[in-house]
Amino acid sequence: MTSTVYSSGQSTGVNALQAGSRPRPSDPPTRRPGSRGGNRRFRPGRIALGVVGIVVSLIWVFPVYWMLNSSLLPNVVLQSTTPTWLPFGGSLDNFVAVFSGGTFLPALGMSTAIAIITVVFCLFFAFLGALAISRFRFRGRKAFVLAVLLIQMLPAEGLFIAQYKLMGSLNMLNSIVGVSIIYIAAVVPFTIWMLRGFVAGVPADLEEAGMIDGLSRTQAFMRITFPLLAPGLVASGVYAFLQAWNEFTVALVLLQDNSSQTLPLWLRGFIQASASRATDWGQVMAASTMVAIPVIIFFLFVQGRMTSGLVSGAVKG
Amino acid sequence: MTTQNLVLGQADRPRPVRPRKRGRSTPYLLVIPACGILILALGYPLVWQFITSMQRFGLSQQFGQPPEFVWFDNYVTLFTDPYMWTVVARSLAFCLVTAAVTMAIGTLMALLMNAVHTAVRITLQISMLLAWAMPVVAAMTVWNWLIDWRRGVLNSVLTGMGLDFQNHNWLANPLSFFFVAMVIVVWMSVPFVAFSIFAGLTQVSTEVLEAAQLDGATLSQRLRFIIVPIIRPVLAIILLLQVIWDLRVFTQIRLLQDVGSIASETNLLGTYIYQLGVGSSDFAMASAVSIFVLVLTVALSWFYVRSMLKEDES
Repeated sequence: MTSTVYSSGQSTGVNALQAGSRPRPSDPPTRRPGSRGGNRRFRPGRIALGVVGIVVSLIWVFPVYWMLNSSLLPNVVLQSTTPTWLPFGGSLDNFVAVFSGGTFLPALGMSTAIAIITVVFCLFFAFLGALAISRFRFRGRKAFVLAVLLIQMLPAEGLFIAQYKLMGSLNMLNSIVGVSIIYIAAVVPFTIWMLRGFVAGVPADLEEAGMIDGLSRTQAFMRITFPLLAPGLVASGVYAFLQAWNEFTVALVLLQDNSSQTLPLWLRGFIQASASRATDWGQVMAASTMVAIPVIIFFLFVQGRMTSGLVSGAVKG
Repeated sequence: MTTQNLVLGQADRPRPVRPRKRGRSTPYLLVIPACGILILALGYPLVWQFITSMQRFGLSQQFGQPPEFVWFDNYVTLFTDPYMWTVVARSLAFCLVTAAVTMAIGTLMALLMNAVHTAVRITLQISMLLAWAMPVVAAMTVWNWLIDWRRGVLNSVLTGMGLDFQNHNWLANPLSFFFVAMVIVVWMSVPFVAFSIFAGLTQVSTEVLEAAQLDGATLSQRLRFIIVPIIRPVLAIILLLQVIWDLRVFTQIRLLQDVGSIASETNLLGTYIYQLGVGSSDFAMASAVSIFVLVLTVALSWFYVRSMLKEDES
């Protein structure tokens, strides 16, 4: 991957001074045994900073904790004026209630179908595109890269009215295919950009060596390049999945029918209801938890790759 | 640098088997699917939107009446409408303040992560990752519950501290509405900023910093002459991304409006377009505002795109 390659190749003046002596960039200074700074950890300032760090983490994670906490508590407890800080005596009743509510499963099905279609087509299209820009020099390549980068920045809010009219005229409002088409187009640019790094990281020489040894071009690709690209494809696939799973704006415009809601729209129903009548917050939080858990798991998996894709070139580490 | 050698090597030396031998059409065939879907889902709507923004296209056109072409009339109407300027000013103010606060807190978090013991740093990283991973709509339901005026934990804690926040509605007053929106957006975007800056900070070698310290450089001098110059490119690109993202903020505003506040007093550009297009079916005006937003975004994105293009060329 480009970002790791750079740190060794591009030495700024400062890097050159200590090239080779530095263990690993991510190693914190205190971990180095025997260094002058080794006794730093005993300084009172450092302990104070540690306390600040812990307090800040607790504040930051509080909304997530509160979601889990409330989802386990019965509504009677949540309606009291004093908050219950720990879910003692909690149960999974809220989850059961949401699950058997009848609207969750259709929304789950809708979201899953859209996410899968988006991931499959997006990966296929983006993979071909990434192959084109990292393995070929062709007329129009620069324009294509420029278009990919620019489109990636376009806000959904600047186009959703026109997309709504387009899907209306194609008779694809409230349809899985209609939303998927928009999602694929929205995700393909960044996925191309992400995969480009992976494809470029597999040396073409490797493939050629295989071809010299008698493999056909297709065989060389399938047996040598493709396995090396698998991690990149998985990471990009998870990225596309998360985008499709979380998307709200386009879904709000294209899926106005109550019978064709994705999970974010379904969750929004709870927010709207809370404006007018007393809400069963325990169930709402259980619903949020159910939407969030798969996302959090997938996200933790793809996070590093996504960040380096967004700021690659600027972060060399 | 393998990437560069790879690309340059392809151009310089003739090799026994080259992709090009397959014919010049291969790369074009490879980009056809991606281009096709982009043209269908983005290109066509973009053209339609541009044309519609120069037509009179309202409710009656929805029912089949042919739209009338009016050139730039809609834009004139739009930019002479004081409400539009209110929305633009509000969006810019919200975007700049939120981006600035996000950058400030994100930088402090990165410095904190760099300074504390490993265990504390990992705790910080885990809690920020969790906040970052939350799907935006799920996060919004949680925040609505936290600030709920009847039973929200925020009001009970503030009341418990002796302040009068019993049944305080945070979303009733536009200023307090935007404050809440800002806190939520900052909560969600700080992790990305903090992680990226932290990655930049790991580039700053401790040896150089210690040498500077031995030579008598103060903390602020070390920060200004060693740390900031090294992480400047990261800071610039992240700030730009934050501005672009905060300008288009839609979901958070829309979902806070759902809970009950007067939409016209809290509209930003995104929700204004939504209200024009989906709410009152004035597609011409909605298109005109959309084109304005797109032009603004492209202008802002240009620096980002240029720096990424350089990355592509290397």
